[in-house]
Amino acid sequence: MSTRRSFLKQAGSITIGFSILGPIACTTDNKDLALAEMPQPLTDPERIDSWIRLLEDGRIQVITGKMELGQGLSTAILQVAAEELNTSFNQLSLQLAETGVTPDEGITAGSRSMETSAMSVRQAAACLRETFFGLVVEEYETSVDNLEIENGNVLVKGVALPFTEILKSKNIEKAVFEPKELYGKTRRAFVGHPMHRPDLEKMVRGEAFYVQDLRFPGMVHARVIRTPAYNAVLAEVPEAEVADMPGFVKLVRNGTFLAVVAEKEFQAVQLQRALGGKVTWEVGEPLEQPEDIKAFIKSLPQDSNTDEDRGAYEEVAEGAAITHKASYSKPYIMHAANGPSCAVALFEEGVLHIWCHSQGVYPLRETIAKMVDLPLEKVHIKGVPGSGCYGHNPADDVAGEAALIAKEIPGKHVRLQWMRNEEHAWEPYGTAMVMEHEAVLSENGKIKGWNYELWSDAHSTRPTSGDPANLLPGRFLEPSFGTPGQGWRGGAIRNAPPIYTTNAFRLTSHIFQGPLRVSALRSLGAYANVFSIECFMDELAEKAGQDPFTFRLRHLEDKRAISCLGRLKLNVSEVSPEKGQGLGIGFARYKNSAAYCAVAALVEVTDGNPVVKKMWAVIDAGECINPDGLKNQTEGGMIQSASWTLKEAVKWNDTHISSIDWQSYPILRFQEIPKVEVEVVDRPETPPLGAGEAAQGPAAAAVVNAIYNATGVRVRDLPVGRVN
Amino acid sequence: MMETIALTVNGTPVQLELDPATPLLYALREALELNGPKFGCGLQQCGACMVLIDGNATPSCVLPIAAVEGKEVTTLEGLASEEGTLHPVQQAFLDAQAAQCGYCLNGMVIHAVSVLDADPQAGEAEIREALDLNVCRCGTHSRILKAVLKSRKS
Repeated sequence: MSTRRSFLKQAGSITIGFSILGPIACTTDNKDLALAEMPQPLTDPERIDSWIRLLEDGRIQVITGKMELGQGLSTAILQVAAEELNTSFNQLSLQLAETGVTPDEGITAGSRSMETSAMSVRQAAACLRETFFGLVVEEYETSVDNLEIENGNVLVKGVALPFTEILKSKNIEKAVFEPKELYGKTRRAFVGHPMHRPDLEKMVRGEAFYVQDLRFPGMVHARVIRTPAYNAVLAEVPEAEVADMPGFVKLVRNGTFLAVVAEKEFQAVQLQRALGGKVTWEVGEPLEQPEDIKAFIKSLPQDSNTDEDRGAYEEVAEGAAITHKASYSKPYIMHAANGPSCAVALFEEGVLHIWCHSQGVYPLRETIAKMVDLPLEKVHIKGVPGSGCYGHNPADDVAGEAALIAKEIPGKHVRLQWMRNEEHAWEPYGTAMVMEHEAVLSENGKIKGWNYELWSDAHSTRPTSGDPANLLPGRFLEPSFGTPGQGWRGGAIRNAPPIYTTNAFRLTSHIFQGPLRVSALRSLGAYANVFSIECFMDELAEKAGQDPFTFRLRHLEDKRAISCLGRLKLNVSEVSPEKGQGLGIGFARYKNSAAYCAVAALVEVTDGNPVVKKMWAVIDAGECINPDGLKNQTEGGMIQSASWTLKEAVKWNDTHISSIDWQSYPILRFQEIPKVEVEVVDRPETPPLGAGEAAQGPAAAAVVNAIYNATGVRVRDLPVGRVN
Repeated sequence: MMETIALTVNGTPVQLELDPATPLLYALREALELNGPKFGCGLQQCGACMVLIDGNATPSCVLPIAAVEGKEVTTLEGLASEEGTLHPVQQAFLDAQAAQCGYCLNGMVIHAVSVLDADPQAGEAEIREALDLNVCRCGTHSRILKAVLKSRKS
């Protein structure tokens, strides 16, 4: 802080933030009141709310409480700031999520970062510009019409005044106000154009970028000795047998949580292997191994709820011309990050510092503080990018484990990375689900009523409530924090109401607690809901004697939905599937409130083996900040979803998970990858909408519908595997 | 247990004092502080750890350091020229923005360099077949393929 203080004295400073009163203060007519709420220093952890500030070297620091997950968030955030300040990226620096430094923006999830964080940065950057303009107008008695802004200067009739010179030695801390103009809406010199990601250059040169690349002097390496089962208890640890192995530093044991620390990383790996064979455990009840996963899921205790009941389904259904039913399912699938989860932790002078790739540093801080019994202000977490996570993977778990270990070796940086079998076998999976649809059609082929019943485990057990049960080590400690209770049911019904018009619709959800550890995986329940709804729509279209495009368009009222699907129809109008090939489509508006995404797939089935040849998407995410970033996310979403749909299912035996590497959990690889084509519908006049998860459901349905059109086989239970 | 192993890494001769059973990957990342090769699986199943050994793309996560004594190892860091000009394959990845999280990028670039060095005219089918060893979880394959094909032309 001394650096900052002296800087304040010498060069002046400017920081724009949101008052702790949040949007109320930002929109209140009484601006003085909002300002009056601001005099607290930004170092107060309760008042961290700055979004943009001038750095000592004249660059502008943009601050976000969100994380880069490989989704290109950093670039899009820089783009909105660059627009308002008319500056090149090298005049900007970006601060990602860090406790005590950035605003608490919760979790980077749900495709919300453009709608929230980017818009906050945009407003703060516009306020910064208008504040500088105001200072110049006052000082030079000129009109704002004579002013331009460019690369860290205000131009007064072409004369450049650097920001630092304008400030003189003033120290300004200002709350965000309603700016007169948003260049992002009026000029669009940066936003709406494809921008190269600055972080990609670091990756391609092999510069330190990931949490896995962090190195500190004297850093030691840890590995966790995994239990053989979810419910195993550690019995005996023959420490003497490993204590003289090379590099041995320490065993850390707390209840059933057991970790080994070594000087070098490979020594830690060798110790982990050695201990794995020597430690004894008591294993509890075996894991259930259902032969029929659908029957098994439906047999579990349920927490049932009627989530929507519009129109009178039974009345509408009575005497209907056509009634059709179909039952679908999806298995447990995994995030399976390419790089196993990793964290570095240091316990020094009573403060626990953690570097990790968590999606939510503030909620994680609260949870870890409770787990290791430290006051909140004694835990500091800095977000550092890791391998792509696609939701709640072990990023939080590994941070918690590193914290537990580091606390036992004060003064040492402890680096912990999971091994491949740990990442595969211990992550929280996307839950298995059963989806059962029944609909009635009128004689003219209109859907009169739709009854949807679904079965699902929870889709989030993130450590958002501060309960250490939501961190993997929490259950193994003595005393135990237990395992998470019933998670959030909202994830299960994401996109469960179809976007299509019907006279009656009923949704019933049954939430169970299954045998495997589960949490949020990209798009949560929307993947399974949209997959089943969109396959069911094809089945209904067939019953109605209509083609899938026409049938859907006849049941859509939302103009953007019609336009999105219409664009896709146009884009594939020239495609004529050859023998053994089929073209299929899927469509949804993510969460029924975010991006619209229509997907088509051309699939070839040879000897029962389905190969996706090409996929097309049209995506309307409102105002598009970085069209290339949006394309990249949508291309990747389609390919990932095709992989889930065709190949992926977590397997287990009576002890634990048996999908422990890339051979026992195959995913789509290069020889099977389709060509992909994405059209972005940019709507600068509308707000940006979450888009990173929009393709998952539509892509699954497109692939499966294409398989039907190629073979006449309706696949209703995923993964597709071989088509017979 | 410790031995001195001599090899060349990115054109520089190095001598490493370590357990000869240590996989090359750990030596490169820890002793030489290189970031390019990544730990992905430790099972030679994903390619994230690939390096060039005497010009051939090879997973480094299992291979003991003793097996590369006297050999020439090139990592992602060693592909650019001394002035920093990127290798055409690296440049093509930038031009095509062929990454999302980028964790697999090391293996993709190294493997592509190796394939194109062996056959500068390698076709799409050959490139797909070779890169089938490399796991990408973000689904960036189509861009990676475009980048490799484009670097071939230039």
